[in-house]
Amino acid sequence: MEPDSKTFATTGRSRKGEPWVWLTAAGLTLGVLMALGLFLLILVKGGSSFWPRRIDLMEVSTGETVGKIAGYVTQETERRDADGTLHEEIQVFRGNKDLNGEAFKFIDRSNIKSTSRPESLLLVERLEYGPAIVHPVALQTPGGRIEANSAGFDAALQTMLEKGRTARSELLVIERKKIGAISRELDALTRAEKSGGVDPQVATARRAELQAEFDQLQVKAAEIRKVLAESSFLGITADGRDIVFPAGNLLHVFASNRVGFFARVGEMIHRMGKFLTEDPREANTEGGVFPAIFGTVVMTLVMSLFVTPFGVIAAIYLREYAKQGIFVRMVRISVNNLAGVPSIVFGVFGLAFFVYFVGGGLDRWLFADKLPTPTYGTPGILWASLTLALLTLPVVIVATEEALSAVPRGVREAALACGASKWQMIQRVVLPASLPGILTGVILAMARGAGEVAPLMLVGVVKLAPSLPLDDIAPFIHPERKFMHLGFHIYDLGFQSPDAEAAKPIVYATALLLIVVVVSLNLTAILIRNRLKKRFAVSSF
Amino acid sequence: MSDSPPARPDFIQVDHFSFHYGEKQAIFGIDMAIPEHQVTALIGPSGCGKSTLLRNLNRMNDLIEGVHHEGDIRIAGTSLYDPSVEVISLRKRVGMVFQKYNPFAKSIYENVIFSLRVAGRSKRSELDATVEWALKAAALWDEVKDRLHDSAFGLSGGQQQRLCIARAIANQPEILLMDEPCAALDPLATLKIEDLILDLKKQFTIVIVTHNMEQATRCSDRTAFLYMGRLVEYGETMQIFERPVNPETEAYISGRFS
Repeated sequence: MEPDSKTFATTGRSRKGEPWVWLTAAGLTLGVLMALGLFLLILVKGGSSFWPRRIDLMEVSTGETVGKIAGYVTQETERRDADGTLHEEIQVFRGNKDLNGEAFKFIDRSNIKSTSRPESLLLVERLEYGPAIVHPVALQTPGGRIEANSAGFDAALQTMLEKGRTARSELLVIERKKIGAISRELDALTRAEKSGGVDPQVATARRAELQAEFDQLQVKAAEIRKVLAESSFLGITADGRDIVFPAGNLLHVFASNRVGFFARVGEMIHRMGKFLTEDPREANTEGGVFPAIFGTVVMTLVMSLFVTPFGVIAAIYLREYAKQGIFVRMVRISVNNLAGVPSIVFGVFGLAFFVYFVGGGLDRWLFADKLPTPTYGTPGILWASLTLALLTLPVVIVATEEALSAVPRGVREAALACGASKWQMIQRVVLPASLPGILTGVILAMARGAGEVAPLMLVGVVKLAPSLPLDDIAPFIHPERKFMHLGFHIYDLGFQSPDAEAAKPIVYATALLLIVVVVSLNLTAILIRNRLKKRFAVSSF
Repeated sequence: MSDSPPARPDFIQVDHFSFHYGEKQAIFGIDMAIPEHQVTALIGPSGCGKSTLLRNLNRMNDLIEGVHHEGDIRIAGTSLYDPSVEVISLRKRVGMVFQKYNPFAKSIYENVIFSLRVAGRSKRSELDATVEWALKAAALWDEVKDRLHDSAFGLSGGQQQRLCIARAIANQPEILLMDEPCAALDPLATLKIEDLILDLKKQFTIVIVTHNMEQATRCSDRTAFLYMGRLVEYGETMQIFERPVNPETEAYISGRFS
């Protein structure tokens, strides 16, 4: 007998798979690809901005004359003329902004007559005008002139750089720290005198002392400057103009065309290190972003410090104590909707409430002697953290509520049956059991908060902060200070910078850094959570 | 424990007790006296009110919204619903073991002494002694004595349930309520718990809800059959199972309905 083929007839779906499965998989794939693409773009662009490129010396004809340009290629583009001819162009970084006005130049490829890479070309980093590209000529030192082709040139250059570095740090100590301390004491003295807290005679005597100290420091600083001025590095540009670099301005000299692969890797690491640890210079287009990293991390941590207890406490009341009715339901809906409010609205609220109302009140109450100069009545890192805490509160509340409601009823009853009060049950059984879930909420809140920029512009972020919110000047923690933030740094460099071309690599590098900072903050939190979870390895159900 | 005071036959006195979950009445005027130092089993089909009755003995049902009761329950002469009775101190006198083992996300040690911790007792020697005593009483000591500070979730199901028993008796309650304590366990673990019950009744008055007829015969002294929220028959376990007076009881225990 023929077997009934209809019995196990396939519907086709089981063979080909449900079409919706493919759709969902495609959706996920698209999402992953986009995230990966974005990350790769930032990684490549940000990472490559640190790579020391070879410097080309190009002979470029412009009409009748042939000029020489030294620099490295940053971009290759095509441009179509009005008459339709296609021009292949390269963008070259040639530095020497002080001489050329612009550090970047577009060159038509067809105009390039020849390209070479002379080993003598040096990339010179200095305090002003961005990097310069020169052939070395000589060193002018107090002990005489050392020509570039003489044997001791390289060593003498290194010595000069080292001297410049020491002198600069000495000047920094004198001008920022010591003179800063004196002016702070003078300020305090004036205020104390005004309020009658100090005898005018004593004040006058002390002021004279401080003035003498100040003069002495000024003299010392002038001496250091004078010694520095005696040394300089002389160079000549590709097109034959002389440049003098005073030793005080010289930061770093790198012979891009002479060194091998490993030296270039070393240079790259060196540049990355400087990027991470130094203060920004030249409208943020040069130097590092350390204050922005510091500001981002401190602000995110302070924010978590505020948002976690508030959110957890609110969620405990909402879930465990409040009578579940229409009112609680409305509160819950409002909290959820709060997560959808545009972040700039929180910024405005933070400015009005925290800065002007709370901060202004604090100033009138505690810092009245400093008015009209505001202490807390002005945007600062504390107010920024509080504003972001408010912004991320819904995330923590929702996650905590979920975690609390996921604690099985049996465990709660067991605690009560042991004679625990309701609070003891929550504190000793429910909270520990829901801790991983709560931490997940905190992690999400941190991720949201660390990447938020818009509200910060109103409540404390600045493009250049002279000092960090934590330092060695008493009382060491300065929650009223303005701060720098990586997210804002990206915006500032990308859209507010006077030299957009110079800022472009730093934008990518900063974006990469922001991602790294957010990811490492999250990883830390995840590690803490997993450690907590591991203590009670196997789940109960 | 000394047996100097004679066991009271009406240690727990349920008096015309009715109980409502909102509109729905779950228990209809039950009268029964539960003797001290005996195991009393509550049997009956699902939804007959046996668990409700059990959970009223430590007022665990107070947690549910919209419940109310009529009548009274007295333990050693004191009404549970007397305004002077604090529900927390009541629960310290009446321990409870649940159907599904529910250890806390803590170490074995901390699980056992939980009731002491919430009572504010923290003397190390006392806690240590309690842990050893309670775990020995729950026949778990030999299996866990080397890993007292490991997570309770690392234990097997039967061990976790015995840990819950240890936790329930750690604060020396007078009464131990067990709500189908073996429902989630395999036969071997069930046997161990039953042995334990026989052991524990020397010290505690035990009330156990069970669906397992054999379990009731094996370890209870008295059995109450509940049906549709009413107490149908209550007496010596032997009598209930061998010569049931009520036809409904007979039908139930012989498996004709459940």
